[in-house]
Amino acid sequence: MEPMLSVRNLVKRFGGLTAVNHVSLDVYPGEAVGLVGDNAAGKSTLIKCISGVYQADEGEIFFRGERAHFARPIDARRAGIETIYQDLALAGNLGISANIFMGREVKRKYLGGMVHTLDETFMNEASRKVLDTLNIHFANFGEKIEKLSGGQRQAVAIARAVYWQAKLMIMDEPTNNLGVVEQHKVLDLIGKLREEQVPVILISHTLPDVFAVTNRIVVMHRGRRVAEKRTSETNSHEIVQYMVGALDDTR
Amino acid sequence: MGDGTVARQKQLILVFSRVWAWVFLAGLIAFFATSVNIQSRGGVNFLTIRNSQNILMAIVPVLLMGLGQTFVVIAAGIDLSVGWVMGLSSVVSAMVIVALTDRGTYEPLAIVIGCLAGVVAAIIPGLINGVIIATLRIPSFIVTLGMSFIARGVAFLLSGGNVVGGQPQGVRDLGNEALLYLISGSHGGLYFLRPPAVTGEALRQLDRILQWPVVITFVLLLIMLFVLHKTQFGRHVYAIGGNREAALRAGIPVDRHIIVLYALSAATAGIAGVLSTARFSGGSSIAGDPLLLSSIAAVIIGGVSMFGGEGSVSGTLIGALIIAVMTTGLVMLNVQPFWQYIVVGIVVILAVLIDQARDLIIGRMEAG
Ligand SMILES: Nc1ncnc2c1ncn2[C@@H]1O[C@H](COP(=O)(O)OP(=O)(O)O)[C@@H](O)[C@H]1O
Ligand SMILES: [Mg+2]
Repeated sequence: MEPMLSVRNLVKRFGGLTAVNHVSLDVYPGEAVGLVGDNAAGKSTLIKCISGVYQADEGEIFFRGERAHFARPIDARRAGIETIYQDLALAGNLGISANIFMGREVKRKYLGGMVHTLDETFMNEASRKVLDTLNIHFANFGEKIEKLSGGQRQAVAIARAVYWQAKLMIMDEPTNNLGVVEQHKVLDLIGKLREEQVPVILISHTLPDVFAVTNRIVVMHRGRRVAEKRTSETNSHEIVQYMVGALDDTR
Repeated sequence: MGDGTVARQKQLILVFSRVWAWVFLAGLIAFFATSVNIQSRGGVNFLTIRNSQNILMAIVPVLLMGLGQTFVVIAAGIDLSVGWVMGLSSVVSAMVIVALTDRGTYEPLAIVIGCLAGVVAAIIPGLINGVIIATLRIPSFIVTLGMSFIARGVAFLLSGGNVVGGQPQGVRDLGNEALLYLISGSHGGLYFLRPPAVTGEALRQLDRILQWPVVITFVLLLIMLFVLHKTQFGRHVYAIGGNREAALRAGIPVDRHIIVLYALSAATAGIAGVLSTARFSGGSSIAGDPLLLSSIAAVIIGGVSMFGGEGSVSGTLIGALIIAVMTTGLVMLNVQPFWQYIVVGIVVILAVLIDQARDLIIGRMEAG
């Protein structure tokens, strides 16, 4: 089977710092890959290179078999890569539906297309529908994002990715700062995505979560990929050893 | 306390924070309506057609600059250049009109070209502001402050520091004639578009209703209301002000949008400059600067957050009306005009305090 995403020898530097150092990574359809590593290991930088936020200094990215050049995040999104960033990327001053449709608002045309207005009715209904299919319910659907809880915001970010029919979903610490119930909701969502054959890259510090939903785990340490294991063939103890640099398969 | 009561209190606070400015405006009008009348022993009345039209004419430049500013500030920027850009536009439009009419150009054509030239002269510094702010990421505060000095210098250089006079009659008409004319009293009547040929007492009774600058400003207000609140362009203004990085990642062309916003802000200032030339039959480089801070005050009183992401066109309208009503009313009360500054200052600070108090109280309620 051909990988959905294939990252080859990716390098990203910030001045003198090499945040991502010759990292390769394959993701196959229906997979959930855990990407773990200590703080500043380069996980977020790696996925921002994939999603077009940063431009890699070296290396190649192939998406669905084709060489991908994502100059901007919207290019990656158009190709079908939806990313839930650690820093969330929602506008707190706007509502749920405005955020789900941000940048891709649905419009109504008047006067033969000369005047466009926002089609709020359509966007509200579509947003409700996608939230329903994900089993997420808001008592306060009309509220601004900044009035929602951390879990609710995360749910909106996930709903946005689902609505736009992600071919690959990248999630950077999606369960951070969430209550236990909300964490479970997010993990359930990852399970749902896998059922729909949407591959997921999950970055998380919570190893039990990673073990619960992934089938493969990639460990990064100081910018390098130091291990890649089948989830069923490893354990948290071993992964932690890789994370702190005690073990290193590249050595 | 039950959940229902808390929800109702929250609702009440939200409603209050939204409508206080309207209530305050209504209160101001009621106050001046009674006190001006009493003070002048019935001789002068605040609630006259003429006075209402004077107030509307007074808000034209403040409101126009405030409208452009509303867009810029919602997108988390500020445009300090609009005062002198307005002056620049006033000077350029007046000079072009004089130059063309001196050469014998058909007068209405000369006026149209002059007005366009004034607006273009304003848009150029606006575009430069936008490009520098968007691409070089220099704070808008600094860029537009610098541009304000540049526009001031250019306006003075062009005009030699003098008022550019010699305007044809059509210019004066644009700035002063009206949609409707009313003569009150027994021999009165309502006239559309053309002033009746009257003299003497009847002429003194003649009221111009909806003078052209007011009509133009309110048409622009409606367009900008529509654009900000009903279109994708407006939605993106809020998105950029709320979270620029999120807007960028969502594929909004943020840089281009910011450039357009500063051009728009300059354009509304340019229109204010052209209308000032028309109203006073002369181009003046200092026409806008004294009004800059009033226009920013109107925006703040109207509830636009200086941190971006919040605000509305109707809020700015209310802000401008509050300032104009207060200023006119205090003058009619024979209060020393300097008091108006103190009162406007208090209202600006009060407006922000009300917003903060609202967030604080509601935050406490939600925390339980
Ligand atoms: N925009 C940036 N500019 C400079 N350095 C950065 C930037 N983003 C990340 N870094 C640095 O790159 C390294 C990797 O960061 P990051 O990818 O956020 O790690 P992780 O997500 O694994 O915690 C860190 O040392 C961080 O300080
Ligand atoms: Mg990170």
